[in-house]
Amino acid sequence: MSLVKLIEFLRNRLKTVVRLCWVALALLVVADILFVDKEHAHTAVEHWWGFWSLFGFVGCAALIIVSKWYGHAGIMQREDYYDE
Amino acid sequence: MNSFWLHPALILILGALVLPLLPGRVKKPFLLLVPVLVFARVLTLTPGSFGHVSFLGWDLVFGRVDRLSQVFGYIMSLMCILGNLYGLHVKDDRQHVAAWFYVAGSIGAIYAGDYLTLFLFWELMAFSSVFLIWARGREESLGAGFRYLLVHVAGGLSLLAGMVWHCNTVGSWEFSLTDVQHATPATYLIMIGFILNAAVPPLHAWLPDAYGEATFNGSVFMCAFTTKTAVYALCRGFAGMEILVPLGVIMALYGVVYAVLENDCRRLLAYHIISQVGYMVAGVGLGTQMAVNGACAHAFAHILYKGLLFMGCGAVLHMTGESKFTELGGLWRKMPWTFVFTLIGGLSISAFPLFSGFVSKSMIVAAGFEEHKLWVGFLLMLASVGTFLHTGLKVPYFIWFGKNQPKREVWERAAEPPWNMNAAMALASVLCIFIGCYTPYLYKMLPYPEVAAEYHPYTAYHVSETLQILLFTAVGFFLLLKKLVPEPVISLDCDWFYRMGGRAFLTFARKPVQAVDTFVGELYRLGGLIPLMLTARLAGLFDNYIIDGAVDGFARSVRRLGQRLRGVQRGQVQENLVFAFGVAAALIVAFIILANW
Repeated sequence: MSLVKLIEFLRNRLKTVVRLCWVALALLVVADILFVDKEHAHTAVEHWWGFWSLFGFVGCAALIIVSKWYGHAGIMQREDYYDE
Repeated sequence: MNSFWLHPALILILGALVLPLLPGRVKKPFLLLVPVLVFARVLTLTPGSFGHVSFLGWDLVFGRVDRLSQVFGYIMSLMCILGNLYGLHVKDDRQHVAAWFYVAGSIGAIYAGDYLTLFLFWELMAFSSVFLIWARGREESLGAGFRYLLVHVAGGLSLLAGMVWHCNTVGSWEFSLTDVQHATPATYLIMIGFILNAAVPPLHAWLPDAYGEATFNGSVFMCAFTTKTAVYALCRGFAGMEILVPLGVIMALYGVVYAVLENDCRRLLAYHIISQVGYMVAGVGLGTQMAVNGACAHAFAHILYKGLLFMGCGAVLHMTGESKFTELGGLWRKMPWTFVFTLIGGLSISAFPLFSGFVSKSMIVAAGFEEHKLWVGFLLMLASVGTFLHTGLKVPYFIWFGKNQPKREVWERAAEPPWNMNAAMALASVLCIFIGCYTPYLYKMLPYPEVAAEYHPYTAYHVSETLQILLFTAVGFFLLLKKLVPEPVISLDCDWFYRMGGRAFLTFARKPVQAVDTFVGELYRLGGLIPLMLTARLAGLFDNYIIDGAVDGFARSVRRLGQRLRGVQRGQVQENLVFAFGVAAALIVAFIILANW
């Protein structure tokens, strides 16, 4: 099946794919700084360079860390917890 | 009304009653025909008020057709087609019948013009959908089903109490926008009934409990109807109710936090329903025309992409028998198309540009910013980080890639699902992309089309903002991948209170209550029995000679009737429910038909 081949093709070149992704991310931030009109931003922080990139990354890390901390504080239990 | 007004729900109910009688060959076409007819009927509805019936002096309205009910009626009946296509190969009639009654309940509630009709269909939803859980047949499904039913009955009671109180004060059963500025206790009771179905914490634990346990296609139906019918009811009755804004924002984040911990892919998706419905609830609470548009648009888009996601994970469950991340991994070789479809669902829910979530979710966030509720805007943005993190990344990664190697038998069972499941997923995918690319399709259906027409999601700023958030979330995901590896655990949620509370009650009933019962029984035997025997002997004489003659004939006929009834009353709660349910269905049909003559 061609779809499997395509995924295989990309997986075999994982390093290149990852590198391309980094380039795309950098381009995205640069484009945001140079070309995007921030006239309609609602707050001052949104005018910072790459504010939403930072928001995405920090938000993601915070969610993972806070949730895992919460889970390990007693919320996560073994699977047979409710069995009598 | 003199002319007959065909209620779309009536088509489904009649279809559900006929389905089990049909021979095998015609069943499959019939399973598609009925939902298509319902969809066609919804398309031909004209605005107005139909299906009036006088009941005990009250005016019940079965068919209120306006822009708000039409957008929900449209998507519900469309989803019913997709759900049936997906489960077309399922041989178990009970599931199809339950699903149709369930959809009928949802559509009936949407077109209901008064509280009594709303309540009737509201309960129909709960009592029919529970069979989609039981149909899975596992021991856990039985318990999950009963818990689901109990919680919904409690919510229904709150709704009923509120309705009756409200009707008593206002003097009418009419279901319309309540006076949200001057909320009374009755208003709050009704609202509790609604937000329980919308799964607002702490009244939400039934949702992951039930949706993770239903059959693979049962969940596809369930994920669409209950919560979104509640969103409709909130839009109709509580637009502008301030308290819904913080509740919605809490929901949006709550679902995300639990999704980090979850090991079962369908329970993860269920937690993301809570999160997504949070956006809608917040939109309803904001109450501006744009926000209500946003809530409706997001409900519309959500039904499709969440259905698609449940179809994808349902396909994995159906083919491999597993839904836990710790038991799955590397399936891209076996189920590549299911992967692509699920990914499309994931990109849609994460609001990637060109996918459906992008054009609907942003409307609510924008409405929050426009109302100068900055915290609403930012926190909802944070929730969308979590959405992409789980549904867009965690689900596809840990099922189709990841380091985990599933057991040999799981690996051998894995394969692409039957054609109809693929077709349903493909259709849903196309719709998700179509909505995202061609905005007028959805925007013209919204309750305030003029406001929607002025909203443009595809501005450079919005696209750049969204792409940055999402792609840098992906960076965070891959950098913190080790922390995210699923663990074979369950997470305690608010259902702990009634699960453990129920157990405590049982212990209480077994020990102290039984001791008291024995004690009272002993007292009764000593103090009551001797005088009783004496009276009984006298009564016996009277009875033997005078009463018996008259009663014997009557008793014989009662016994005969009793024996017949015993056939249906074997003490099996589920059987009794089916029986009660059948009677209720017959009554509804009678009502609707009477209403239209």
